[in-house]
Amino acid sequence: MPITVEIPKEKWAGSVRVVTLGATRAEGGTRAKTITVGGDATLPFLHFDGAIPNRPALAIEIKDRKPDDWSPLLYETWGEAMQDPADWARAAEAAGADLLVLTLSLTQANGKPNAPDNARAVVRQVLQATGLPLAVFGPGQAEKDNELIVPVAEEAKGERLLIGVCEDKNYRTIVAAAMANDHLVSSKTPMDVNLAKQLVILIHDMGMPMERIIMDPTTGSLAYGIEYGYSVMERLRLAALQGDSMTQQPMLVTPGEETWKAKESKVGEGVPESWGDWKRRAVNWETLTASSLIHAGAGVVVLRHPESLKRAQRMVDGLMRHTE
Amino acid sequence: MALSGLQIYKLLPQTNCKECGYPTCLAFAMKLAAKQADLAACPYVTEAAKLQLEAASAPPIRLVTVGGDGARLEAGNETVMFRHEKTFYHRPGLFIHMRDADGAEAIKAAVAVADGYIVDYVGIKLGVDGFAVEAASGDGVTFAAAVAATRAASQKPLILVAPDPAVMAQGVEAASGARPLLCAADESNWQKMVEIAKAANAPLAVRADTLEKLAALVEEIKKAGVEDLVLDPSVQGYADSLTSLTQIRRLAIKKNFRALGYPVVTFPRRTANGEVDETVLAAEHIAKYAGFIVLESFDPATLYPLLVLRQNLYTDPQKPIQVQPGLYEINAPDGHAPLMVTTNFSITYFAVNNEVEGSGWPAWLLVADAEGMSVLTAWAAGKFDAERIAKAVRSTDAESKVNHRRIILPGQVAVLSGELEESLPGWEIMVGPKEAVDIPGYLKVMWGEKVG
Repeated sequence: MPITVEIPKEKWAGSVRVVTLGATRAEGGTRAKTITVGGDATLPFLHFDGAIPNRPALAIEIKDRKPDDWSPLLYETWGEAMQDPADWARAAEAAGADLLVLTLSLTQANGKPNAPDNARAVVRQVLQATGLPLAVFGPGQAEKDNELIVPVAEEAKGERLLIGVCEDKNYRTIVAAAMANDHLVSSKTPMDVNLAKQLVILIHDMGMPMERIIMDPTTGSLAYGIEYGYSVMERLRLAALQGDSMTQQPMLVTPGEETWKAKESKVGEGVPESWGDWKRRAVNWETLTASSLIHAGAGVVVLRHPESLKRAQRMVDGLMRHTE
Repeated sequence: MALSGLQIYKLLPQTNCKECGYPTCLAFAMKLAAKQADLAACPYVTEAAKLQLEAASAPPIRLVTVGGDGARLEAGNETVMFRHEKTFYHRPGLFIHMRDADGAEAIKAAVAVADGYIVDYVGIKLGVDGFAVEAASGDGVTFAAAVAATRAASQKPLILVAPDPAVMAQGVEAASGARPLLCAADESNWQKMVEIAKAANAPLAVRADTLEKLAALVEEIKKAGVEDLVLDPSVQGYADSLTSLTQIRRLAIKKNFRALGYPVVTFPRRTANGEVDETVLAAEHIAKYAGFIVLESFDPATLYPLLVLRQNLYTDPQKPIQVQPGLYEINAPDGHAPLMVTTNFSITYFAVNNEVEGSGWPAWLLVADAEGMSVLTAWAAGKFDAERIAKAVRSTDAESKVNHRRIILPGQVAVLSGELEESLPGWEIMVGPKEAVDIPGYLKVMWGEKVG
């Protein structure tokens, strides 16, 4: 007995905005390639509902110096490369990252506060070491972010870096630096649809084109609030598809940073036996946080471990491979 | 999809004969709408009206129960596409795959280990939901022995996987009383599988490789008299899985399409061709619409994250996870360690706990009962005030745990310090940072350098 199954399809009024990171020589920068994200006219990977012109981009986070407090598993995997941001950048590119996220530390390796000259020099080194598009984020303290990110923006003028972190109390200086030097900005808000939208509006009101704004809705790690970020992202994507213009920015998430803070990833000793093998568990923690957020609509995914990167890549390969 | 009392009334005879026990048809209709009466009480209702009423009262995704004498597991009855719309109700069961060809002793040992697995997540005990025993041998006696071995080691629900009805029948006999999910009826074997399912009163999985074939087969099987069905859409990999499971959920919820209104069983590893990562695909199935997930092997390093992901995504967004109020030890504190206070909203607790733990500082974290709200929200709602904090200090006997008298208050509620000084005589109230991320720096400077 044949049955006709008519698949209910969604007809959306809007789509995610297309944003391109990085600039080649022809475009005024020095990148070997650019990365374009967004453009989705459907919920994540539902190809039967609408077009998905671009894959989510997978980034590796590197730092301006070897960090003091990362998990031993991360020191083990990156090894000597962590001593030098240029080496680390090359290693991340070799691992298969689509782009790099360089986060600046509060202090330098010698214990002195980080300073504009150092930040400039590190960004210059990384840009020379790799042809990948680059994001550069400050340490996350307003004054320090402004002090370091403004000179970085000048140093890399024309590269279409993604710079940040723009937050509701501190966005003007960084947005102005991005506008003056042809960069993009990351608009970060704490897990709330309306706050996300509001900061995009404020940044846009300063004159920043929408095509140069990425939203960071804030990432919760598996076991530490992933469901909040997950649902906020699903709601932002639905709002974008329903045509709410100020929610249509591609979303950046940071499962690497969030999961490697968690005890489940970070440490191998003094934890319950029921948590299982440390390394597999740790990488699963990062990979599953990332994969879930990709299903919730992430456009740029920042990871720390190369194995999580590979696994997320294979998943995205599979999700983008579809037959009409 | 539920009908109102008035809508139901229109389908009743409207004769007010009282034989149902209610004074009027309208009164009976109201009771039906409230699910406090049974339609069978009306002797005159027409067949057509009966069908319409039954169809309207059934949930869009049927609730299917697997398991019998021991533990039971329910799947189905979901009502939304996204958890923020309401909530996801029935967490998908995670089953561990056993092959009969491995032999009864080996199976018994493996099942015992997985059966005893318990992991604690914020005070919730999580574990494996059951076992899927496969007749890989193709031999009924071997299969029955494997089922018996599994039963001997665990009372958890079972899925029996056997394509040959004769083999399945022997497995079902060995699982008597367990009400296993039978996997699966397909185009070639469904008549015999239906007989077995009916005789054992067991739920039956239905397998086909397109949604059309699946819906057609479900209709046949329903006509043959089995109602407790589970769908196996034979998904292949990430994209196909997401598409099929989303379409099934959408058809059931948005179109009330009965032929696919059942929970779904998936085998993430079965679809694997080297390019699929079972753990990542299982995570997709947790987020996107599976009811039963069969995992190839038991590995705590994989199971723990999957169980937590399931717990997180199936948390009711209206009722966030709360942490048990109390005094928590971080990094093995002694009497000199700082005492910090926060609320029992899980995210607040985790943020603070993570930062303190990551900083390496031993500390006492006093979690006050703020009814699961974050610091500022709880303060605004009057659930996190000097009185409650003082009460928490006393009820946890914090005074005997620390040999100092200093308590660190979240920076967001610095305004409480005066009141708290009055409520806790003899204590010095220190004001901590506003954001958890600044705790390590604060401890280093304010505790390490000034106090310690």
